[in-house]
Amino acid sequence: MSRQANRGTESKKMSSELFTLTYGALVTQLCKDYENDEDVNKQLDKMGYNIGVRLIEDFLARSNVGRCHDFRETADVIAKVAFKMYLGITPSITNWSPAGDEFSLILENNPLVDFVELPDNHSSLIYSNLLCGVLRGALEMVQMAVEAKFVQDTLKGDGVTEIRMRFIRRIEDNLPAGEE
Amino acid sequence: MAVVMLFQFLHAEMVAELGARDTDPGPGGQKRSLSVLEGTGFRAGQALGDRLPRDTPAFREELDVLKFCKDLWVAVFQKQMDGLCTNHQGTYVLQDNSVPLLIPTALGLQYLEDAPKFLAFTCGLLRGTLRTLGFQSLVTSSVATLPACKFQVVVRKSG
Repeated sequence: MSRQANRGTESKKMSSELFTLTYGALVTQLCKDYENDEDVNKQLDKMGYNIGVRLIEDFLARSNVGRCHDFRETADVIAKVAFKMYLGITPSITNWSPAGDEFSLILENNPLVDFVELPDNHSSLIYSNLLCGVLRGALEMVQMAVEAKFVQDTLKGDGVTEIRMRFIRRIEDNLPAGEE
Repeated sequence: MAVVMLFQFLHAEMVAELGARDTDPGPGGQKRSLSVLEGTGFRAGQALGDRLPRDTPAFREELDVLKFCKDLWVAVFQKQMDGLCTNHQGTYVLQDNSVPLLIPTALGLQYLEDAPKFLAFTCGLLRGTLRTLGFQSLVTSSVATLPACKFQVVVRKSG
């Protein structure tokens, strides 16, 4: 019956909204706790990192993706599988560097910022900075050191939201001293 | 559902971050952390209340508050609440027998004293959502045996 279907969609929507609204409340609280935007940005990145290092396990379990062979494959998995799975959007991948070690994720709309407006005195705030931390933390757990940062933000008046991803290096497994 | 997992991770990280605000190990420190977490939940709850479907029936009878909490639980946490009861005088007790969403399953019985930190946000969430719908309430939580927990909602119609 259509009523049942409506309830399902409504319910899924509310679950996504719960995340978005919780995130908004968190950012508001951090803005109260820290004097300046830079500190809030750092805090969001750090929290995102902590989430990312645990989220990766959940992601790998749910998605069953195998090991990525190169950064291009990684980009595909991030955009088409991970973002879709957790945020319901599929960013596009553009602006590859000639060396293949940098690319951009373009988010036409960023679900985190629905109904959000940056107040005037927070122009340096990178509202969605948690995402950069999540990406960094998650990829570190699969042996990739990366840098992620926002270069465009619809909250700041840009047409799209753009996250620039840069591959730094492969992280080699280091066995603890004393083990074979 | 993956998006609920995302909330779970965010919530756990919020408890770790906001719940460690005061290094004062005494009851004063804990109280402040709980208050911050509850306040964050309240803010989120208010906004959530604003986004509820417009055809949600206005609460004229007590029974609707119960149904509302039940529906909210399913909508938001994707699971049924395990028990709901009321004294028909404005007090509602909501029981959930497995809140892995809120309390990490790794939390053994010896960490029972930390449980309130994991429930403070949801208490605020309930309080905030009810507030937007015109109800002043006091929401408290109690944990007798993990992972079951109870939320007590005392409602006063504000006008």
